Amino acid sequence: MDFPTFFQHLSNGISLGSLYALIAVGYTMVYGILRLINFAHGDIFMMAMYFAFFSITLFHLPWYIAIVVVILITSVLGMLIEAAAYRPLRDAPKTSVLISAIGVSFLLENLATYIFSGKPKSFPEFTYMTSTVQFGPVSVQRVSLLTPVVTLAALAILLYIINRTKLGMAMRAVSKDYETARVMGIKINRVIAATFAIGSGLAAIGAIMWGVKYIRIEPMMGVMPGLKCFIAAVIGGIGNPVGAVLGGFILGMGEVLLVAFISQLTGWRDAFAFVALILVLLIRPTGIMGEKTTEKV
Amino acid sequence: MKKQYDKKRVVLNLILIAASVALLIYANENMSFYSKRIINLCAVYAIMGLSMNLINGFTGMFSLGSAGFMAIGAYAVAIFTVPVDVRAEVFYLQPMWPLIANIHIGFLPAMILGGFLSAIAAFLIGFPVLRLRGDYLAIATLGFSEIIRIAFTNLQTVTNGPLGIKYIPSFDEIWWPVGVAIVTTVFMFLLIKSTYGRAFKAIREDEIAAEAMGINLFKHKMLSFVISGFMAGMGGALMAGILGTIDPKQFLFTLTYNFLLIIVLGGMGSISGTIISSVIVTAGLEWLRIADEPMIMFGYHIPMFRPGFRMVVFSILLMAIVLFFSKGLMGTKELSWELLGNWYKRQRARFIKKDPSLKGGGSK
Repeated sequence: MDFPTFFQHLSNGISLGSLYALIAVGYTMVYGILRLINFAHGDIFMMAMYFAFFSITLFHLPWYIAIVVVILITSVLGMLIEAAAYRPLRDAPKTSVLISAIGVSFLLENLATYIFSGKPKSFPEFTYMTSTVQFGPVSVQRVSLLTPVVTLAALAILLYIINRTKLGMAMRAVSKDYETARVMGIKINRVIAATFAIGSGLAAIGAIMWGVKYIRIEPMMGVMPGLKCFIAAVIGGIGNPVGAVLGGFILGMGEVLLVAFISQLTGWRDAFAFVALILVLLIRPTGIMGEKTTEKV
Repeated sequence: MKKQYDKKRVVLNLILIAASVALLIYANENMSFYSKRIINLCAVYAIMGLSMNLINGFTGMFSLGSAGFMAIGAYAVAIFTVPVDVRAEVFYLQPMWPLIANIHIGFLPAMILGGFLSAIAAFLIGFPVLRLRGDYLAIATLGFSEIIRIAFTNLQTVTNGPLGIKYIPSFDEIWWPVGVAIVTTVFMFLLIKSTYGRAFKAIREDEIAAEAMGINLFKHKMLSFVISGFMAGMGGALMAGILGTIDPKQFLFTLTYNFLLIIVLGGMGSISGTIISSVIVTAGLEWLRIADEPMIMFGYHIPMFRPGFRMVVFSILLMAIVLFFSKGLMGTKELSWELLGNWYKRQRARFIKKDPSLKGGGSK
């Protein structure tokens, strides 16, 4: 493999990785606070893409307004899901909440198939974003250059919120000890709703860029990215946003480069993430940046 | 006193068994192909529900790997029971791997082979996976289920890849699935009553306490996982025998959600609940097909009824059960004559309600 081809694959890997990273942050934040795999997160990502599709094709919103509207609607969707499906089960066994999350995911997929039809749609074209920039022999789409920048910016803002604001302090408190945080007067429902809003908003940003880059939208498309991004969050150490972004990059690049180097493995591409997950769980269950927790009797 | 009660129970049991056998013979002789297929699917779903309930309901491990184990069983039947002379037609893109191309076995050995292969897979997967807990276990088993499916999609010369395998000799009577479902149910009752079953329940209630009581956690978890894998393999084998055509897409992990719905509805940790709910869910899903067809009521075309609505209703039902009836129909209880006697009126009302819906779903 010559250098330009390698660089081409690398840039694909980085942009896919940064999309994974954006979604993985949502998983990691929800897991950090509720100890719940939000199975519906991938489907929230899928819904965001449909929101973007309709706001541009049906309501003819200019793209800068469409982006804001889509992020807002998706955040509201995330909060609604939390209020309807997770809040009533706050004191129920963990398995019930997990089943509820699976149920929400299933419901969103079926709703999307029902309302938007199962036929794939193509995302409105952004010629500026999909046009390429030449770096010597390597040509890179503008959107692929933009995604890592947006991801890192989003991470910076998120870290600011978590470490410097009152809301972030409350989030950290709730994730450390939920009961004590409640006793200390933190309105945990509000904190959890905010977490879902932020996570869903980030998924919406990812969804818009995903749509611009990969164009095809269909109701089941959130499933695989959703699972992979959860895996990314586990690789990075669940509960830690920096780890999630790191995990997203590792997974995205690993996936692209694996297929690039060993082309016989193309069909096995989706299996890569699961193999990575199992290896991480075996070798270092807490992930790269996770903290060790012990089971209390 | 107790003896008298036992005598009564034996009589009641015998009547129940005789009635069920008579009903099954009647169904097998007189029902349409479509109704028999629904009965067969009920039986397969019952087996799958029991398989999943053994891990999730009785041993308290949240596993989402059923679809993958099912795929192993289904492919064992598909690969080995397709007649040798039509194999070239099935594997038209790439010929079958010569080593297995001429091996042909009957349905029963293929089904048992499917069960064993699936159990072996469960055993191998169990080593890394069973050290995990809670949702990590869920996501890892789901991952393995997907890896199995992806492997089947890619092993072109063995599984015919994404094209799937057709011309599997299928049966049009109900004895195989119903028979296996009955054997599985009896086996489950015996297993749960045994010391192993008690150990499983102890692990479910509290792992650390169970370990302190001298229960070997890993051994029992593995046992439960392997038995469940075996059952799922048998279920998949029967599925292949019922449908006659299989392809990897059928075994997406969303298939596992159907079984999850069954055990949630029936009660996590109830054998009889699983059986009841598998009938309700399968017949209900068939009955819900009216939601996919256009409906005209009082001359007015109701716009909601169009393809896809069925699955929306199905998923809303799942959510409603999870949110409002988290114990399901039976909780961890079992249906017994005592229970029937205690809640005679309620049970009778339920049976009357259930019977017509059973028949109603069957005769359509």
